[in-house]
Amino acid sequence: MSSRITQLFDRLRPEGRKALIAYITAGDPAPERTPALVAALERGGADLIELGVPFSDPVADGPVIQRASSRAIAAGGSFARTLEIAREIRERSGIPILLFTYLNPMLRYGVERAARDARAAGVDGILLTDLSVEEAGASLQAFREAALDTVFLAAPTSTDRRMGLVAEYCRGFVYLVSRAGVTGEQDSISASLGPLIARARRATALPLAAGFGISTPAQARQVAEMAEGVVVGSAFVRMIEKLGGPELEPALEAFARELKTAMEAKQ
Amino acid sequence: MMQAPDSSGHFGPYGGRFVPEILMAPIEELEHAYLEARQDAAFQAELAHLLETFAGRPTPLYPARRLSEQLGGATIYLKREDLLHTGAHKINNSLGQALLARRMGKRRVIAETGAGQHGVATASACALLGLECVVYMGRVDMERQALNVSRMRLLGARVECVTIGSETLKDAISEAMRDWVTNVADTYYLLGSALGAHPYPMMVRDFQRVIGVEARRQMLEREGRLPDAVFACVGGGSNAIGVFHAFLGDAGVRLIGIEAGGRGAALGEHAARMAGGAPGVLQGCYSYLLQDGDGQVSLTHSVSAGLDYAMIGPEHAMLADQGRAEYVNATDQAALEAAVRLSRVEGIIPALESSHAVAEAIRRAPGAPGEIFLLNLSGRGDKDIGIYSDEIPELRGAAR
Repeated sequence: MSSRITQLFDRLRPEGRKALIAYITAGDPAPERTPALVAALERGGADLIELGVPFSDPVADGPVIQRASSRAIAAGGSFARTLEIAREIRERSGIPILLFTYLNPMLRYGVERAARDARAAGVDGILLTDLSVEEAGASLQAFREAALDTVFLAAPTSTDRRMGLVAEYCRGFVYLVSRAGVTGEQDSISASLGPLIARARRATALPLAAGFGISTPAQARQVAEMAEGVVVGSAFVRMIEKLGGPELEPALEAFARELKTAMEAKQ
Repeated sequence: MMQAPDSSGHFGPYGGRFVPEILMAPIEELEHAYLEARQDAAFQAELAHLLETFAGRPTPLYPARRLSEQLGGATIYLKREDLLHTGAHKINNSLGQALLARRMGKRRVIAETGAGQHGVATASACALLGLECVVYMGRVDMERQALNVSRMRLLGARVECVTIGSETLKDAISEAMRDWVTNVADTYYLLGSALGAHPYPMMVRDFQRVIGVEARRQMLEREGRLPDAVFACVGGGSNAIGVFHAFLGDAGVRLIGIEAGGRGAALGEHAARMAGGAPGVLQGCYSYLLQDGDGQVSLTHSVSAGLDYAMIGPEHAMLADQGRAEYVNATDQAALEAAVRLSRVEGIIPALESSHAVAEAIRRAPGAPGEIFLLNLSGRGDKDIGIYSDEIPELRGAAR
C-alpha cells in the first residue's frame, strides 16, 4: 500500500495541482497548542505537515527556527513529545505528517524504537537534516521496516553523483534546498532553483518539493510552477513567534490560504 | 599500528560525516584536496619551512627539574608548545589548513574560536598568506579572553560576536557552519580542533602530529628511552591527539587525557565528556557528548574557554574504548593551583587549558618514582592573566 505522502502527490498530479507543505516546530509555543496550529494550517489548505523536532543546536536553521527550537525545548518539547503531538493530530486528521529532525534527539530515543513509535503515532515519513545518505545505512533499514517514507535533501552544491544517491534513498518525494544557506525568509527565489530542479528530474521520477527561503504567496506561486511541492517554514514560525494568543490559529489559516490560492491561480 | 580513520572517516564507530547535504560536496572536495596535498612534497616542504621560520619549530623538550624534585617522584618533561608563535599549538594546524585553503583557491577563511588561540593562530596564518579572515567567537568567550579579541583584530581579522545558546565555543561552531553553508563557493572553514565531519579530525591530527613526533625523538635523545606516561588536556582534543599519535604503537607508554572537571560532577557544571557523556552526534561528528535524556546538548562549564565544549574528538573516543588512552578530569580549582605552582617553581605561566594537564601530572608524580612523564604544555598563560587575577585569592585586586 502506498504511503499517505505518495497518495497525496498521486491525487494532486492529474489535477495539475501542487502541494503546500507547512513546517512548524513541534512544541512551539507549547506542546499542547501544536495540534490546533496544525489543524488551522490544514483548514487553510496545507497538504502535508513537516513537524520539526526541537534541537538545541540546529546548524541548518536560521534565527527564526533556532528561536522556535529554544521556545519548544523550554516548553517541554522533545522527540518523545513530538510523537505524542503527531498522535493527537492523527486522531482527527488524515493529513500526511513528515517528521523533520536532527539526528541526535532520535539517536538518544533509539533508532528502532523511534521508527516503530513514529509509525504507531501516525507519522508517515522522516527527514533527518544532518544525516547524509552515506551514514544512513542502519537507520534506513529501521525506517523501511516501519514503512516510513525517507526524505533526503538535495542542494545546489550536490554533484550529479550525489543527486543520484539522494534520489535512490528517497521515498515519497525529494526535498530540494533552493539555495545555499540556512532556513529563513528571502526577498527572492534563488536562481539556483531552476537548474537544481532540472538536474533532479534527470535523477528521479519522484515528486520534487522545494524549500528554504520561500515565504510569500508570489514566491510560492513561482516555485509551484516548477515543483510538485512548496515548503514554507520560517514565515509560519515567525507568525507563531509574533502572535501568542488566540489570534494565532486564524492568522496561520489565513496565510496558508493565501499561499495555496496563489499556488493554484491560473496563469 | 591501526589505520584510523577508515576511508569513510570512522574511528571505530566514531567520527563520520553528519552534515546537511549542502555541505557534503564541499567536504568531499576538501577531502580530495587534502589527500592530494598530503602526498605533495612541495606542499609539505612549504609547511615545514613555515613551521620552522614563522612558528618556531621544533619546540624544546624542557626538564622541569624543580617541579619534579618538589614532587619527589616522576621526572616531568614539558613539551613547550607554549613557546610557539601566537602562544599555543594551534598555529601548527592553522598554517597547514591556510596553505590548503590557498591551494584550493579559496580567498575567504572562516574559523571558530573558544579561548581565542585558534582564532589568533588563524588570523596570523591568513595575514601571512593574504587571505580574508572571519572568526566566530561566543560573547562569553570574548569577555573572558578579551586580549585575544584585540590580537585578532590587530591581525586584520573580523571577529563575529555569537550571542546564541551558551555564547561559547559550541555556538561559535554552529555559526561558522551556517556561514559556510551560505558562502560555500569561496569560503574555507578552518576548523581548529580534532572534531567535526571527516576529514577534519584526521586532518587536524595530521597537522598536530608533529608535536609527538618531535617529543618522541627528543625524549630518546635525552633519556635514551620513551616516557612512561604522556599527559595532555582535552577540549576537542587537538593538542592531545597531536602528542599521543606518535606513541600509539608504543604499548608501554600510557596516554592520559585530561578533561575539564569544572565546578562539580552535575551535568552543566563540567566538560568531562568521558565521565558524564554518551555517544551522540553534534556538528558533524559522532562521539561522546554531554547531553540530556532527550538528546539535547548540555551546557558545559570550565574556567578554561578552550576546554568548555560538549563533545570530545572521535579518535579520543576510540582510544578510550580500546583502553589505549585513559581520560580523567581536573577541576577548575586544581587547574588554578597547578598554574600557580608551575609559575612559581619553573617560571612558566601556563594557559588555563594546559594547567589541567599540569594538575594531573602533579597529582600522579609523587606516586611514580623512577618514571618519566611527558606533559604537553599546549599554550602559554598570557591570555589568562585576567582570570588568574580574579580567581587566585592572593592576586585578587592586585593586578587590576
